[in-house]
Amino acid sequence: MSEIKLQDNLFTISTSPHIRADASISKIMWTVSLALTPAAIFAIYHFGTPALIVILAGSLSAVVFEYIVQKLRKKTITISDGSAFLTGFLLSMCLPPSIPPYMAIIGSFIAIVIAKHSMGGLGYNIFNPAHIGRAALMVSWPVAMTTWTNLSGKVDAVASATPLNILKQQGYTNLVHTFGSVPQMYKAMFFGARNGSIGETSTILLILGGVYLIYKGYANWVVPVFMIGTVGILTWVCGPTGLFTGDPIFHMMAGGLIIGAFFMATDMVTIPITKKGQVVFAIGAGALTVLIRLKGGYPEGVCYSILLMNAVSPLIDRFMKPVKFGARG
Amino acid sequence: MIKSFRGGIHPNDNKSYTADKPIEIAQLPSKVIIPVRQHIGAPCDPVVAKGDLVKKGQVIASNAAFVSSPVHASLSGVITDVGEYSHPVFGKCLSVVIENDGLDEWIDGIPVQRDWDKFDGNEIKTIIKEAGIVGMGGATFPTHVKLSPPKEKNIDILIINAAECEPFLTADYRMMLEYSEKIVTGVKIIMKVLGVQKAFIGIEDNKPDAVAVLKKLVDGTTVEVVAIPTKYPQGAEKMLIKVLTGREVPSGSLPMDVGVVVQNIGTVVAIFDAVVKGIPLIQRVTTISGSAVAEPKNLLLRLGTTFKDAIDNCGGFTEEPAKIIMGGPMMGFAQSNLNISIIKGVSGILGLSKKDINTGTQSPCIRCGKCVSVCPCGLNPSMLSIFGEKGMYKEAKLEQNLFDCAECGSCVYVCPAKRNIVQYIRYCKMKNTADAAKKKEALAK
Repeated sequence: MSEIKLQDNLFTISTSPHIRADASISKIMWTVSLALTPAAIFAIYHFGTPALIVILAGSLSAVVFEYIVQKLRKKTITISDGSAFLTGFLLSMCLPPSIPPYMAIIGSFIAIVIAKHSMGGLGYNIFNPAHIGRAALMVSWPVAMTTWTNLSGKVDAVASATPLNILKQQGYTNLVHTFGSVPQMYKAMFFGARNGSIGETSTILLILGGVYLIYKGYANWVVPVFMIGTVGILTWVCGPTGLFTGDPIFHMMAGGLIIGAFFMATDMVTIPITKKGQVVFAIGAGALTVLIRLKGGYPEGVCYSILLMNAVSPLIDRFMKPVKFGARG
Repeated sequence: MIKSFRGGIHPNDNKSYTADKPIEIAQLPSKVIIPVRQHIGAPCDPVVAKGDLVKKGQVIASNAAFVSSPVHASLSGVITDVGEYSHPVFGKCLSVVIENDGLDEWIDGIPVQRDWDKFDGNEIKTIIKEAGIVGMGGATFPTHVKLSPPKEKNIDILIINAAECEPFLTADYRMMLEYSEKIVTGVKIIMKVLGVQKAFIGIEDNKPDAVAVLKKLVDGTTVEVVAIPTKYPQGAEKMLIKVLTGREVPSGSLPMDVGVVVQNIGTVVAIFDAVVKGIPLIQRVTTISGSAVAEPKNLLLRLGTTFKDAIDNCGGFTEEPAKIIMGGPMMGFAQSNLNISIIKGVSGILGLSKKDINTGTQSPCIRCGKCVSVCPCGLNPSMLSIFGEKGMYKEAKLEQNLFDCAECGSCVYVCPAKRNIVQYIRYCKMKNTADAAKKKEALAK
């Protein structure tokens, strides 16, 4: 088959290596969105159409904002890489189902335009964009962000406040009373028959999605394990009636911890790059969450604690460098 | 179970193209172009001129310096030119062109058949130097120098690097199967030169038949054949030493600092040929492979054969290759054309198609940390690439251990953002080296 004509000097020159694995940013981003989908489907079933509308408004507007920003900055349009969609998707999963859709769109604007692109775009943002969007909405419309109307009768309805709200305002005994008994409360928390943000209620589906990401190698297991573990241990130790009287199982499943630990605290761009650093990050985020939940004014603190740890990630990277080969020798 | 080194990757090894193909003697080319520079060290000067008649095995270029190695004619014939030609590593290089007279005659006195045990260590080293033997894994460092460690370094272990961890390459594997007795004798020769009692032959466990063949031959001796985990870059000298001996070569030091000398399997075969048969290094086994090559093969090629002649021996190309590589796909050198000669360090010639190379457009680092987890040197390739991109080469050296990078390419292989990390690292190293040279020059004034 020597009829293939070869001219002189026609082959590509580059430095080694000359082969690459079949990995790409878009593969990672779309896989994370896929992992989040079961929890989203459950949310639509649980909360009804309003949840679907918020998810669509949040994720689609994020893509549109990314397109506009990149067009204005005369950059390559990268909306197909799935990162903007994922940001909008994650943001809407962290919003109450009864929130007006325009607020979700404003949240996406803040996430994409301010938190992501004003820092330079994908890879350059210091803070998790979805959580910045949520935090901005939280301070702008605190009432809308903490109103939990009962939307659907499909799942045996629980009280109209979130479990953490009830705990904060009425105490643990009343919380258990709301669900009937402790096992019933655990069951509701585990399967998702409770009130809360759109995507945070079903512990089991979020864990399944998270485990899939870890299996695919797109998330490091140390982050969710250390973050959720820290929350469990600290809430157990710092119980309401003395040492070791807390309910770690409730706290580990409550609020946005599961979705935060598996999907927000594993956002590659905004956490330390080494495994050791990620352990520090996760423990820090878990400890701050407990501090806010038990001592702070808010019932929930996952969002703020992850953002605070995002801020120190570059510092962690600076001090937790990998040990070079031959350093021990 | 042998403990592996930290990091590393598992690329598709693509060895099935040529693993079952016995070594084939290539057709003699009509001419060879032999560069005078085939090793790291002092370059050789031609000792022949245009019009001279030479015979196979005759010295055509040499240099009296200790860290140098002579070059021999690989064909008998007439010298038609001594001039600048393409070189696979250095771009251009002074080369000797020999037109084949078809006789393929040896120079007087070789080959011979002799008992290697009658020579002492120094005599063997002289034979190795005169035979022009250099490291044939690709580094091409003169072998007699490597076998002459300073007295204060107590060398107690010889390691034969037969990992062949680069995808596509099978030359070492075929040599182990077909030249196994030569290899065992060659190892004994090197052990005598170094005066060591212990030797390891490290072979990746994806070549179980090679392990079995050699194990049988060394049974009852102090040579140990070890099947080591298949993982790139298992064949990197420092990783291999760590896995086989547990010794970690300190950063900035050499294997001899931990009492080890490493030799490549091809070098062992060349040493056998030189010491027992008296023939200099004029040919080598090279894998011609890649999905653009019609019939991938393991060829025994004369040095100075052009890539084109070698590929013609394999039926040419089935499609236009996207890249031509000298060596393996992870650490080899891309070539712009096929009028390039085979030199002593060419373990493979690859014609890679688009589907093999899987390129993409570079985008900003998303800090996924994959590069950090695969780096066998314990570095942060992400930061190094960003420093390189911003031109901050001094910071790369001061803060991120720039010079500990072995350029194995594992980081680039796994990077989802398709960043050219190794390219940035080389740039940073080059700038730092240039700065150091400038400083030295200024001090000299």
